[in-house]
Amino acid sequence: MSAPPTPAIEVDHLVKTYAGMTAVADLSFTVARGEIIGFLGPNGAGKSTTMRILTGYLPANSGTVRICGHSVATEPDAVKRLIGYMPENNPLPEDMRVSEYLYFRGRLKEIPRRKLSPRIDEVLELCDLKRVRHKIIGQLSKGYRQRVGIAEAILAEPPVIIMDEPTIGLDPHQILIVRDLIAGLRGRMTVIISSHILPEIEMTCDRVLIINRGRVVAQGSPADLRREVLGRTTYQLITAGSIDALPALLTVVEPTLKITATSEPDATGFVTLALSTERTDELGEPLLQSLISHGFRVRALSRAQPTLEDVFLAATRRSWDAKLAPVATPAGTANGFDRP
Amino acid sequence: MKHFLTLLSHELRMLLVSPSTYIAGTAFLFFMGFIFTGILENYTKAAQDVSPAHVFFQLFWLPVFFMVPLLTMKCLAEERRLGTIETLLTTPVTTTEVVLGKYTAAYALYLSLWGATGGFFYILKRFSSDPRLIDSGPLIGGYVFIAVSGLLFVAIGVFASSLSRNQAVAGILCFVMLAGLIVGVRWLGEASFLNRDMLAPAKAAVDYAQIFSHYEDFTRGVIDARHVLFYFSGTALALIFSILSVEAKQIHA
Repeated sequence: MSAPPTPAIEVDHLVKTYAGMTAVADLSFTVARGEIIGFLGPNGAGKSTTMRILTGYLPANSGTVRICGHSVATEPDAVKRLIGYMPENNPLPEDMRVSEYLYFRGRLKEIPRRKLSPRIDEVLELCDLKRVRHKIIGQLSKGYRQRVGIAEAILAEPPVIIMDEPTIGLDPHQILIVRDLIAGLRGRMTVIISSHILPEIEMTCDRVLIINRGRVVAQGSPADLRREVLGRTTYQLITAGSIDALPALLTVVEPTLKITATSEPDATGFVTLALSTERTDELGEPLLQSLISHGFRVRALSRAQPTLEDVFLAATRRSWDAKLAPVATPAGTANGFDRP
Repeated sequence: MKHFLTLLSHELRMLLVSPSTYIAGTAFLFFMGFIFTGILENYTKAAQDVSPAHVFFQLFWLPVFFMVPLLTMKCLAEERRLGTIETLLTTPVTTTEVVLGKYTAAYALYLSLWGATGGFFYILKRFSSDPRLIDSGPLIGGYVFIAVSGLLFVAIGVFASSLSRNQAVAGILCFVMLAGLIVGVRWLGEASFLNRDMLAPAKAAVDYAQIFSHYEDFTRGVIDARHVLFYFSGTALALIFSILSVEAKQIHA
């Protein structure tokens, strides 16, 4: 498939209100072809609404959405042929068999009859559903049902796949299978998934979009987000010595290095400290040398790795309480930052 | 319309594999058989003016009130309750195709249930020595009436089902609408306040919509284009409202 220059998904100034309540407020983002993007946000942030608008199921109040260059509002039929969608809670008919269901959906998605059977075998294999292909969907366990939903979404090999919380309610083993499945689509299909499980997103997605109150509050790769949203590096130091002299010493090593938390000394006189700096490069070695040369006894010094969870909490908190001066605002990080 | 056949065959298949279809069918035949036996008993007591078929089909409203809501209440309400309407409408199918597919399947089941009552007349013909009991005129007229009026009744059921995500509510709505159409209009036709000159157009409209008088015409072999048009246009209207209702629910979800 030669890649045309149009991006897979373009969302421009999207607005959606429900009975006076704004679900999506001026949302804009672009997803390149073949990218796997994670949609993060607290409950009620507008994730599901945005996804429903992308599929053409819900109309937007204003703004445009284009899927592979086709407008969702004016060419809904073309768009429906380009997407595979798995809604929230994965609704499935209770009284059909897995293979029957996939056959029916394949016919609706206009897969030619000849190609449908081999394609169903292929997705059953891909989603590890071969054993249950003749079972009735209503009798399947949650993990299997979830995979039936994914199999259905990828059935017609659409260029864009939209999945709303595909891993919700799965056990860790099943999450692993689903993650591998999504990773297997990388490069061939554009995938948007939403999730609450942050490590999940971190491992599968090329890019993360954090939305809150219907706005993008941060976007970028997980590593970029850490740097941009948190904007600081945290160290943990366990040391003994004259703690009162420590701040002055730290300023010599790096002017922005500050003590943010101090514990009570333990039985042997060691104190656990949290240090924070705006510098993102490694400060461990000069810090350690300077501590030792000034007679401090050091038991441990480590650089804390912020998780996506910290980023998520920081980004959503920042957008919730704009009055609270943000710790660091690198330009271009937050689209939804200029709220009154 | 290219997905219509896919949707219809899916619906019919689901009806055929579902045990509830057979239970409903058996119960329906049991009930209708009971009525039919009752009618025949009257004939054993005294000679009657009209044939058994005429009396049998005159009671069409009894099964219609109960069977049509039960047959149709599930079709759209269940899809919305389970949320499968969302996956259905995000494939390249239109709302029209979905509604028509469900409607046609429900109508086919309605027809086949009524068709099964043909067995009663076969048994009567086979075992009764009196050929006068089987009068082909009212028999054919009765079945044609059932087929034509069924179009409208089932469409009303589909419309009721599109209004609610709760099957019970849809069923009751359907029952009320059918009762209003069949019994309510008959009651209005007999009401004296419509006899004033000022209300003459309303009176004409009510007379036009008398389903019982349509039935009398059909059994006499009069297939009036106005009656047929009444059912066809009513069906089209109910189905258009169903489609609009499904789409409106989407917009104001």
